[in-house]
Amino acid sequence: MGLETTKPLSTLHEHTSYDVNDFAVPGGREEAWRFTPLRRLRGLHNGTAEAGGRVAVEVDAAPELRVETVGRDDERVGKAYVPADRVSAQAYTSFEKATVLTVPRETVASKPTVVTLTGEGGVAYGHTVVVVEPMAEAVLVLDHKGSATYADNVEFVVGEGASLKVVSLQDWADDAVHVSHHHAQLAKDAVFRSFVVTLGGDLVRLSPSVAYTAPGGDAELIGLYFVDAGQHLEHRLLVDHTVPNCRSNVVYKGALQGEGAHAVWIGDVIIRAEAEGTDTYELNRNLVLTDGARADSVPNLEILTGEVAGAGHASASGRLDDEHLFYLQARGIPFEEARRLVIRGFFGQLIERIAVPEVRERVTAAVERELERELTK
Amino acid sequence: MATLEIRDLHVTVDAAANEPPKEILHGVDLTIRAGETHAIMGPNGSGKSTLAYALAGHPKYTITSGSVLLDGEDVLEMSVDERARAGLFLAMQYPVEVPGVSVSNFLRSAVTAVRGEAPKLREFSKDLKAGMDALSIDPAFAQRNLNEGFSGGEKKRHEILQLELLKPKFAVLDETDSGLDVDALRVVSEGINRFRERGDTGVLLITHYTRILRYVKPDFVHVFAAGKIVEEGGPELADKLEAEGYESYVKASA
Repeated sequence: MGLETTKPLSTLHEHTSYDVNDFAVPGGREEAWRFTPLRRLRGLHNGTAEAGGRVAVEVDAAPELRVETVGRDDERVGKAYVPADRVSAQAYTSFEKATVLTVPRETVASKPTVVTLTGEGGVAYGHTVVVVEPMAEAVLVLDHKGSATYADNVEFVVGEGASLKVVSLQDWADDAVHVSHHHAQLAKDAVFRSFVVTLGGDLVRLSPSVAYTAPGGDAELIGLYFVDAGQHLEHRLLVDHTVPNCRSNVVYKGALQGEGAHAVWIGDVIIRAEAEGTDTYELNRNLVLTDGARADSVPNLEILTGEVAGAGHASASGRLDDEHLFYLQARGIPFEEARRLVIRGFFGQLIERIAVPEVRERVTAAVERELERELTK
Repeated sequence: MATLEIRDLHVTVDAAANEPPKEILHGVDLTIRAGETHAIMGPNGSGKSTLAYALAGHPKYTITSGSVLLDGEDVLEMSVDERARAGLFLAMQYPVEVPGVSVSNFLRSAVTAVRGEAPKLREFSKDLKAGMDALSIDPAFAQRNLNEGFSGGEKKRHEILQLELLKPKFAVLDETDSGLDVDALRVVSEGINRFRERGDTGVLLITHYTRILRYVKPDFVHVFAAGKIVEEGGPELADKLEAEGYESYVKASA
């Protein structure tokens, strides 16, 4: 890392291809795979997971949106994103139908569009494209539930001066496996807000990435996860600043409880030599509530220009602060309730930022459920 | 009549790893009855705050011997929250910031816990507003995160607001006066005096300076040095400390 380098050292996205055969089967030592328990991917990574199951896609769209189900040959598919790892390429190679949502130029969607993806068992592959044309605005909810072994790619193409707010809920059943890439491509002055909530599933590995095609792009990526015993919830972020004067802000917070609960957070931000005036910050915090839970948090900030407006990162994983609990208890609040107040507070600041009130309430309720679960243990 | 009885209290504090715990309090005896205000004065490092935290049950401190009884009940057997619900209140010297927990949410949870039932919302809002007015606290504070970004003076006023809302039997005030300007000191002292006037209440006022004693008149003054009480008297003892300082006590106990 240093100013004399023009090529970023990060290798995560260097190799891209639509063809699964261009990627070696990961063995587990690779940087991109070393935290993921490959055995639990049920073959998504080595070509043995044959599509035979189903994830039903249901779209409740704002009336202004165009909703299409298209074949593999549709020219909009794969336009913004080229798969950057083996499972992503497997999903691209294997999906049959893609869902394409279009917000027409200068249109403001009158209500949130909700895409419900319900796993009905078995292996499935998917692809979704969301195009927000110039000056248009929309709010989108991706709601994942049910049981499945599912790999998919989602492309967000946000046009000039357009705005897209996405909430992606991973509320899977306990046995689900989900490996997903969310790629956002931002045109000039585009605004992208991503809110990821991952609660369910045996293994979820979600990789949100952001690319900018012109100056003025503004991305905010917020995430919340609650990892229970035996769950592996992994989030791998990549923000690649290749053009000047764009902004990115990443905030992910998680809580972990129970034996074998494992959270992984990778935050890669690259500011290329040509990306002067970049303003970026990334933060990950983990609350480890019990013994036997493990949080891996790896922020990487690679700066190849000296002319940045702001660049920072922070990562902290720890237990609940004894001093916080003492203060609340010293006011008569019982220990368990004090714990819940502090955990609620830890997430509350994030939840306030969810753009859709119904989703906000649902996430609040989901966190409450997790807190109850913890109590009854 | 409510009584807080501290007998031969020995307290150690957790030291760094691989080091034995260090004894800070070497046998403290003190009885506070309702209607009384006791001032504990002493130099920095004499163990005054340790006494306050040990009474409240902070996990860093271990009671190695002695007893603390509140109306005959063994306080040391109680958890931190049980002590608070039994009527013991500690106004902290350095109240911690708790991110994401709003002042009003916190206060309502605390009042509910101490009273054993949730207060009626309208009544609670009224009490809260009156309490904040009396302490010149901006009502906007109710929506802010607990102690987050509060100035030193705002934190102390907020401690006294809790004292007034929770209505304990005994208040231990740990250097509530430190870091206050004269106006804030007056406002905070008035709050303490309102608590005293309530009747069946006692105050243990821990301070380094005599300044607050001009506003909150003590009935008894205890001088603390090297982990125990080394002299006791009436309010006149504070005047002597004001004139002579702690030097003679520190030397004598060294």
